[in-house]
Amino acid sequence: MNNLKKFKLHIQTAPFDSYNEIESLTVDSDNGAVVSFIGLVRNNGDHSNIVGMELEHYSGMTEKCLEKIIQKARQRWLINAVTIIHRVGHLKLNEPIVLVVVASRHRKAAFAACEFLMDYLKTRAPFWKKEICADGESYWVSAKNSDYSALEKWD
Amino acid sequence: MKTLKLIYFAQIKDDLGLTSEMIVTKAMTIAVLLDELRQRGALWQQVLSEERAYRVAVNQVMVSEDVVLSDGDEVAIFPPVTGG
Repeated sequence: MNNLKKFKLHIQTAPFDSYNEIESLTVDSDNGAVVSFIGLVRNNGDHSNIVGMELEHYSGMTEKCLEKIIQKARQRWLINAVTIIHRVGHLKLNEPIVLVVVASRHRKAAFAACEFLMDYLKTRAPFWKKEICADGESYWVSAKNSDYSALEKWD
Repeated sequence: MKTLKLIYFAQIKDDLGLTSEMIVTKAMTIAVLLDELRQRGALWQQVLSEERAYRVAVNQVMVSEDVVLSDGDEVAIFPPVTGG
């Protein structure tokens, strides 16, 4: 990843500050566009009354897989910097789960690469979510066909 | 004979009540290994059935079931991913 000017890939249990992360990619004068995506824990998923989430991942494979996805994006678009932060462990309602930030000279590359990274992350990176409901029950989230069909536009 | 490390994740880990194990097997491919695991009983047959979508990674790369196994491989079995 040396030829990306800036590259950050963190899998962590600790919360992160999305706005600081985005801000840190706006300082390079070669960047004309910074596009970000923040995925949040919402109250209605496969079940309603969700109060939190438990996130599991396959340590080692996750990092390799995300690096590969970033390389794929770099082959398609001219991008200067990528930040991916994904939380694991226990998350509360409304907390950010994932942040993807892409910086580029031009907006089109940044928009496209950010969406591409998220589409691949959701279908390739070994993370699994468990919804925790207000009544104390918890359920593993089932994979969505719509996430897989989202990949077709990149073929 | 080869020694493999098997790792399970998410719903599959919960259903089997198992995080990881070391096994010794003659299985040449993933498909044969999965058949061996199904021989363990009804629970394994159900968890590794065609209707229950599962994925397999060897040495941390997702693979198809015809992949040939080597001694010392790390084989992970997990449901389709749901991150992001």
